[in-house]
Amino acid sequence: MAETSLTRTAPVAAPWLSPVTRLRIVIIVTIVAVWEAVAASGLLFRDVVPSLVVIGGALVNILTHVDFKVPVDSFELWIPEFYRHLWVTISEVATAMVFGGLAGLVVGLTLGTNPFLANAFERFLYYLGPTPKIIFFPIMIMWFGVGPGSKIAMGTISCFFPVVLSAAAGVRQIDSVLIRVGRSFRVNTWQMVTKIYLPAMREPIINGVRLGLGVAVIGTLLAETKLSNRGVGFLIINAYSTFDMPRMYALLIVLFVVAIGANALVGRASRR
Amino acid sequence: MISRTLFRQQIVPIVFGIVCLAALIALIEFLIWIGVINRFIVPYPSEIIGSFKRIIVEEDVLDRFLLTAGEALAASLMLTVVGISLGVLLHRMHLLRLATETWIAAVASAPLVLMYPLFLVIYGRSALTIIMIGFVAALPPVILKTLEGLSGTRKVLIDVGRSFNLTPSQLYWKILFPAALPNIFVGVRLGMIFALINIVGVEFLINFGGLGQLVNELAERYDLPGTYAAICFVILVSVVFFIVTERAERWLRPV
Repeated sequence: MAETSLTRTAPVAAPWLSPVTRLRIVIIVTIVAVWEAVAASGLLFRDVVPSLVVIGGALVNILTHVDFKVPVDSFELWIPEFYRHLWVTISEVATAMVFGGLAGLVVGLTLGTNPFLANAFERFLYYLGPTPKIIFFPIMIMWFGVGPGSKIAMGTISCFFPVVLSAAAGVRQIDSVLIRVGRSFRVNTWQMVTKIYLPAMREPIINGVRLGLGVAVIGTLLAETKLSNRGVGFLIINAYSTFDMPRMYALLIVLFVVAIGANALVGRASRR
Repeated sequence: MISRTLFRQQIVPIVFGIVCLAALIALIEFLIWIGVINRFIVPYPSEIIGSFKRIIVEEDVLDRFLLTAGEALAASLMLTVVGISLGVLLHRMHLLRLATETWIAAVASAPLVLMYPLFLVIYGRSALTIIMIGFVAALPPVILKTLEGLSGTRKVLIDVGRSFNLTPSQLYWKILFPAALPNIFVGVRLGMIFALINIVGVEFLINFGGLGQLVNELAERYDLPGTYAAICFVILVSVVFFIVTERAERWLRPV
């Protein structure tokens, strides 16, 4: 036994790649190979599944082809037009998040701290939450016009519900000791909100914002695909209308990367 | 005494909520009547209520509802079969799970419904496009919840199964699957809700199909009371669907 414990075994070299990484590479290579085979075979309609090289070319073209003039003071700055559309979409989503998020937070705090109002109104919000918001778009066009206003309104409606329900649930799970401490110090409502409620419900609020961001992006972009002349949603539906499939794939890739990245960033913020 | 407390805490707020809603509707009617709200932007609530009968009779709401329900049912069946099967597969193949679970979670946060122009190109302007987009957009939560349910089975239950010398297949069907069922149903329910939202949304966007198309058509005809009534009808259908699936989930959940 002692001999065994003293025996020295030669250190086993760690594999260059872990089994998980190797499997991931195999999966990616298989998907790429199948995609290229389908693209080359013409099994689907021509150009519906373009080669990944063509999609890559379209992606590079979207991100780097300089074709839009931005007047800056005394000189002109040329940028790829895609960034102008991306900026429009980002500003619409950001504005929607401010309006929807703040309204959701205020209503959520009110419902969470007042059981009577919660019993009276929360069920309406709870049941309206999972309805398809895009059907409100005709009304939003009537109210806010065909410009960015109706897209912001769509994003606002979409993100309001997750934020309000998360905020209301978050208030209720605050340790009652913290609330009693606040009351014993005779803090006013504003101090109660800023010193007790908001710090104590940081995680549910961030989760609500994360969910709200996802649905605000969907609401805004779907509205852009329906009726708009700017924004990433417009670019996607324009690529569809002109049957420019490589461009459409490239736009979807950029959009998914931006959306997943934004979601991951908010998720990381909640874990800090 | 208990019933009086229950009355004060439950019934009174509900009645208050309904009364507030009715008061809001009456206020909007009044504001339109005195000209504060433009009646060509917001129609009289009484007109909206009155147009319910018209859209039910003239716009074939029942047929449209059945079409949307059929699409949602088809997408839900596909979701249930494919989603649960993939969840079980990932549970059985640990390495595959480690390699792909984060990818599936990332896909779940992507706005998949925006792929609808791509589906339009592949499947054409048809019910298949609507069903497929509903299916694809709602698949990740079913896979993830199935996986969560199977992985969360208590070890003591699995040990009991092993002590009875159950075969791997028996262990799955007698122990793991029943224990994971409440979680799996949560995933299926989430998936069904996502599918319904996306189906109605895509119907509206591509102007094809059932209830979503109805809203779009009425809006394009500038039939404002009809548009508002159709939107109320879609909300009603969504709420009923949500309540029914919620009740079913409660029924399945262990006490």
